[in-house]
Amino acid sequence: MSIHRPDDGRSAGSEARIEAKAEEQRLEAAVETDDGRMAPPAVPPSAQSGQLYPEEAGTQPLLHRIMASETMVAVLAVLLSLIVGGLLVALTNEQVAAASSYFFARPGDLLGAAWTAASEAYAALFQGAVFNFEGQTFARMIYPLTQTLTVATPLICAGLGVTLAFRAGLFNIGAQGQIIIGAMLAAWVGFTWQLPVGLHLLLVILAGLAGGALWGSLVGLLKARTGAHEVIVTIMLNYIAIYLVGFLLTTPGFQRPGSSNPISPQLGGTALYPPLFGDTFRLHWGFVVAVLATVFAWWLLNRSTIGFELRAVGANPMAARTAGIGVTKSYVVVMVIAGALAGLAGVAQVAGTERVLTAGVAASFGFDAITVALLGRSTPWGTFIAALLFGAFRAGGVTMQTNTGTSIDIVLVVQSLIVLFIAAPPLVRALFHLPEPGAVSPAKTGKSKSPAATGGAA
Amino acid sequence: MKNSLRNLNPLRRGAGISTAVLGASALVLAGCGAPPAENTPSGSAAAGASDYLGCIVSDQGGFDDRSFNQSSHEGLMKAKQDLGIKTKEAESKAETDFVPNLDSMIQAGCDLTLTVGFLLGDATKDAAKKNPDSHFAIVDYSDPEFTDNVKPIVYDTAQAAFLAGYLAAGTSKTGKVATYGGAEIPTVTIFMDGFADGVKYYNEKHNKKVELLGWDKDAQNGTFVGNFEDQGKGKTNTQNFINEGADVIMPVAGPVGLGTLDAVTEANTGGKKDVKVVWVDSDGFETAGKAEEYILTSVMKLMGQAVEDVVKTDLAGKFDSTPYVGTLENGGVALAPFHDQAKNVPAELKSDLDTIKADIISGKIKVESAASPK
Repeated sequence: MSIHRPDDGRSAGSEARIEAKAEEQRLEAAVETDDGRMAPPAVPPSAQSGQLYPEEAGTQPLLHRIMASETMVAVLAVLLSLIVGGLLVALTNEQVAAASSYFFARPGDLLGAAWTAASEAYAALFQGAVFNFEGQTFARMIYPLTQTLTVATPLICAGLGVTLAFRAGLFNIGAQGQIIIGAMLAAWVGFTWQLPVGLHLLLVILAGLAGGALWGSLVGLLKARTGAHEVIVTIMLNYIAIYLVGFLLTTPGFQRPGSSNPISPQLGGTALYPPLFGDTFRLHWGFVVAVLATVFAWWLLNRSTIGFELRAVGANPMAARTAGIGVTKSYVVVMVIAGALAGLAGVAQVAGTERVLTAGVAASFGFDAITVALLGRSTPWGTFIAALLFGAFRAGGVTMQTNTGTSIDIVLVVQSLIVLFIAAPPLVRALFHLPEPGAVSPAKTGKSKSPAATGGAA
Repeated sequence: MKNSLRNLNPLRRGAGISTAVLGASALVLAGCGAPPAENTPSGSAAAGASDYLGCIVSDQGGFDDRSFNQSSHEGLMKAKQDLGIKTKEAESKAETDFVPNLDSMIQAGCDLTLTVGFLLGDATKDAAKKNPDSHFAIVDYSDPEFTDNVKPIVYDTAQAAFLAGYLAAGTSKTGKVATYGGAEIPTVTIFMDGFADGVKYYNEKHNKKVELLGWDKDAQNGTFVGNFEDQGKGKTNTQNFINEGADVIMPVAGPVGLGTLDAVTEANTGGKKDVKVVWVDSDGFETAGKAEEYILTSVMKLMGQAVEDVVKTDLAGKFDSTPYVGTLENGGVALAPFHDQAKNVPAELKSDLDTIKADIISGKIKVESAASPK
């Protein structure tokens, strides 16, 4: 292979510089995979955050930097998904179908009906997720916003767990199982023990953390000791968790006395998160715990030695090992923490909103958490914001469904489209004519040139 | 990406254009209808009932689950058609949606909110307690702690399943019949209990030894898929039962039963075997959509009717919280007609079934199940 030294390229003008950058990335990939002899890391470093080449940021105009940033892609992916979702709402609407049969006689009817269908659906989504302008009282008006925060709480916790694992190069599909086991232990402590206020909730939270951490540590240990692939291990552990809780709910220790349905007794009042703003709202102190967890995850990743080691392992395990970082230890540590965070999501479920343990206690939070982590570009605060967005979708979807008759599936389609567009940044960039990250501003060179694609696909 | 979009070769592009022309002409044809006259006044056929709002919240199965969500939803839709009421509906995608969905119904000012399934029990109980002026009805769940604005709609399915068990034992040629369930929950095991009792009753009466595979009533233990989705597992279960010699099989597993129909079709093709299926919930001959000729009968829970009745009484201002219990007597549960299989059911068996049905209604035969509504 021919090697251009990158610094030669940089001084020789923009075109050479772009070539050199591509070459640099190719070499980087070659080192990472030992020239193809090793499997590439599950999560490419370039997908983990937008700061792989921070030194270039300073050389470009601000607007160009914004347009080329990963955040811009995420925002546009959401926008694009909403547009496609709106089209779907319009296409599946009965009035639109009726108006389309006489499109040529009165085309305005079709367009009007389509616009009405889509805008009403999104207005209802907003009304159910942020602010209810038809509310009778002030509490009713802001109820949707608190509802969004409530739904986002478990998503934030589980999303943080997935984010941390991503940063260490592990694709943690197991948040679902970790939530279930966390919820299971937390619920058991909640409905079996009778303890004073405060202590009881504390033990419930600890039990949830321990349950999640236990389930996560199994993944870390198997990966570190035997080299088992974390994707397979986590998927299988999800199944074990689901069927384990399903089985336990038919045993006397977990089943509600006097019932033959697979449902646990309700948790004691002392085991529950107190409501944050009184009984009118469902929002509970679990949300504050989730905010604290986000701060913790940010501190851990960016300010602690462990976090530095995790990121080093995630960027390149070989190099990290050469630098004296215990790679196997890092895998175990990150999975314990990731599991504990997912367990916290389980606590938010049983001690916050559901107040009982059932087989469906984790809903689809474990899988949504992966999406949220990807949308948040694997940063703690990014995950936090992405979880709020998904919480809004879920909360608003309820109102959209009841008020406009739009199928709740549309919300799921929009969520899935977001993932699709996030996973294909070049597609979004091509659609909106955005510059590639690291590309030279067209204003500077006078002509636009499409550089080699970066490995930004996550 | 940009380059690859530009470099479409001309041939492919041509194909794209002709498809577009085709599509456009289809649109032209489809869009040629005459527009309706503007400002058509909306007809007010049932003006008195039009401000009554009936609402329904499903569990995770959704309104297309070919089971209780679907039947309940159809009942409400029928009420809408017949009584001219307004309706609102919310599908739950997960258990976390229950409370928000119920709350949104209450905010929408529903007169009656129908919830489906035991999982919604707690949420319905709380919502009813907080909103004593609204009426609620819940399918397949009853709770002594319900306030008096909740009407439980439950079914003593074991009565109809008893008839099916007797019929299965009477038509089996191999002397073995089988059943399996979706999840191990009371609304499923009640079918299996009744079926087991029916087989037992046939054995006692005719001094036969027809064996039941897949469910042991005394031990309350048997074969389950573990969910209501995995049709492949339903097929495997059925193949195992067929290999063990069973020739009448009752899947109590909603859509998973379609896997049973596949396995039975395979086994019967070419006249190799003569296996029959007992469908559940609705008349499978009309709803299953395939292999109807092998469906011996169905154990039906007629939820649509009950739902419509509850709406009707509430509309008339006569709502009460006494549980509705579907039985053979009130027609809430029933055995479906034999359709194509009628030729395989001897006249003597048919008259036996009529006698047993009368005996169950009169209380001469007691059908008991741990899962029966109390």
